[in-house]
Amino acid sequence: MDYLLTEEQQMLQDLARQIAHERIKPIRAQLDEEEIFPWDVLADLAQADLCGTVIPEAYGGLELGCLENCLVLEALAEGCVGVATTYAASFLGAYPLLLYGTDAQKHRYLPPLARGEALAAFALTEPQAGSDAGAIQATAVKDGDFYVLNGAKQWITNAGEAEFYTVIALTDRSKGVRGASALMVEKNDPGISFGKKEKKMGIRASVTREVILEDCRIPADRLLGKPGLGFIITMKTLDLARPGAGALAVGLAQSAMDEAAAFAKERHQFGAPIFSFQAVQHLLANMATQIEAARALVYAVARHIDSKPKDYSKQGAMAKLFATDMAMQVTVDAVQVMGGHGYMREYPVEKMMRDAKILQIFEGTNQIMRNIIGLALNKEYSKKK
Amino acid sequence: MLRIVVCIKQVPETQEVRLDPVTHTLKREGIAAIINPFDLYALEEGLRVKDAHGGTVTLLTMGPPQAEAALREALGFGADAAVLLSDQAFAGADTWATALTLARAIKKLGGADLIFCGKQAIDGDTAQVGPMLATILTMPYVAWARKLTWSEDGNLTVERLLDHGYDAVETSLPALVTVVKEINDPRVPSFKAKLKAKKEAIPVWGLADLNLSAREVGLSGSFTQVVKVFPPPARGTPEIWTGAPEELAARLWRRLKEQSQAQL
Ligand SMILES: Cc1cc2nc3c(=O)[nH]c(=O)nc-3n(C[C@H](O)[C@H](O)[C@H](O)COP(=O)(O)OP(=O)(O)OC[C@H]3O[C@@H](n4cnc5c(N)ncnc54)[C@H](O)[C@@H]3O)c2cc1C
Repeated sequence: MDYLLTEEQQMLQDLARQIAHERIKPIRAQLDEEEIFPWDVLADLAQADLCGTVIPEAYGGLELGCLENCLVLEALAEGCVGVATTYAASFLGAYPLLLYGTDAQKHRYLPPLARGEALAAFALTEPQAGSDAGAIQATAVKDGDFYVLNGAKQWITNAGEAEFYTVIALTDRSKGVRGASALMVEKNDPGISFGKKEKKMGIRASVTREVILEDCRIPADRLLGKPGLGFIITMKTLDLARPGAGALAVGLAQSAMDEAAAFAKERHQFGAPIFSFQAVQHLLANMATQIEAARALVYAVARHIDSKPKDYSKQGAMAKLFATDMAMQVTVDAVQVMGGHGYMREYPVEKMMRDAKILQIFEGTNQIMRNIIGLALNKEYSKKK
Repeated sequence: MLRIVVCIKQVPETQEVRLDPVTHTLKREGIAAIINPFDLYALEEGLRVKDAHGGTVTLLTMGPPQAEAALREALGFGADAAVLLSDQAFAGADTWATALTLARAIKKLGGADLIFCGKQAIDGDTAQVGPMLATILTMPYVAWARKLTWSEDGNLTVERLLDHGYDAVETSLPALVTVVKEINDPRVPSFKAKLKAKKEAIPVWGLADLNLSAREVGLSGSFTQVVKVFPPPARGTPEIWTGAPEELAARLWRRLKEQSQAQL
């Protein structure tokens, strides 16, 4: 379908797709099987200038918008969601800086990210604070010109590999959520260490580790925005990132669809290609329709965000919710279309089905997405009367 | 500042090449065109030399006006400039006429310190243009390069891939090197370079620009002419055996024994 992309947007997506097909696809099974962190692919993405898509030109990036970011993520996810998550999580770590960083902070962190020499990570979740992010306990206590951080951040994508960590911690415990702040912690700071690599169901090319902060002492100018803005920064960051999760889902689902449809053309049963059976066609028809609907929604929301509205929590949540639920269903159906072959690790849809699941969980579970949408609707309909 | 020139050729993507019944040269209409795969390795090597030692990488191709697309694509990998050699008179050129045309263009560029070509083009498969180009420019050439190393005096040591191993050849510059795929792993294009390539003005040089006469180029400047093109005769009828490895080995052994006895 023609989404009226500009020539530049088309070029960007073609380039990302070229990398997905030439550099990621041939090795994705190995990355998954052996849980290899995709440094080689990240080097390709850096060479292609794709590490700086949403970073302003002043800091070495391409200064593109949410739609362009989604186009790249969708294309990369056609290759491997594990690799694409690694890449996307770095932007998640960078959004707080982009949104609230001072010029000096941006100069310190953004150029190496744009050049692809460093990765970033976003550290919010804690053992006791998952969906309930307000329950975080990590602290950052002011000590002269320093903050001293203590606490443990759980399941942090890119932890241990990234150079920079945006950590959400309480600078004022008495204020609860309003006492949370966002601070930039560097891999070489004293007092930061990392837990073991988690063993995951899917996206096994990406790494997830605990970030442990023990009397981690950082200069006070690492604080983003103002003390107490941590929660707002978190929400704005996630709002901005969620269409990206939707884009990952669209790319993944498209890739599963392509595999299943190609297989259905080749596989013969009862003397005919299984594609010719209406039951199979209906599965494929539903898959194709759902993918297109999700893509249209993700692009529309991304364009909405690029028009710089004041608030877009609801739309971001919708894009993430619809597209990631879609990807789960489509990948399950892709395995179904392929039958036993689909269940075998020799074929890629098995991995795709495992990879799809995380998209419904991270960056806010899909239940939380419905809560966000519900909250927004409640507000809208209270106003209208 | 090394002046590096990379010669590339646009070739038809398909394996089923169609031939012009009169000239016996390749028919390109209606077939998707790509950069000759070996040339991408030549380009990568040129870019690597530039990255390591500084200099400029200029792309050169002779071809129809559409060959400009190959140059723009190649610019997307980060080459500095590109020139298209295109003229009705260049059509039907054999390897000599092509090399002569390229040589004149390199002279017009002001010369080159290092010229890279792919080991051969996948359409004609002659592997002649690189060596001929070096010969016309009276510079040494090394074909089938799989590795370059620089000595302290600025000479180049080139490992050449041979059928049974490799040898190493040292050459001074200027020189021409044709490369095999083993030499490197070509980079991916860069978005910034692609954007720049889209707008880049690519000069087109014709007969007059190169100070050549129509006699010297194209079909009329060619020493060779293709008189006939035919697929090589099939070598016997292949047999495909299936079965357990032991069984197949025994069967093969019997067959070889029979054949060697028949020959005695
Ligand atoms: C692979 C992976 C990578 C991750 N990467 C990062 C990262 O980089 N940075 C980071 O900070 N975090 C990261 N996370 C954490 C992730 O964001 C959380 O797992 C997620 O927010 C859900 O929290 P939880 O797992 O604790 O689930 P819980 O909050 O315990 O939820 C369990 C279940 O209860 C439901 N539930 C909870 N509360 C409600 C409610 N109010 N209404 C309805 N249903 C509810 C949930 O939807 C879910 O189904 C990652 C997690 C994983 C698995």
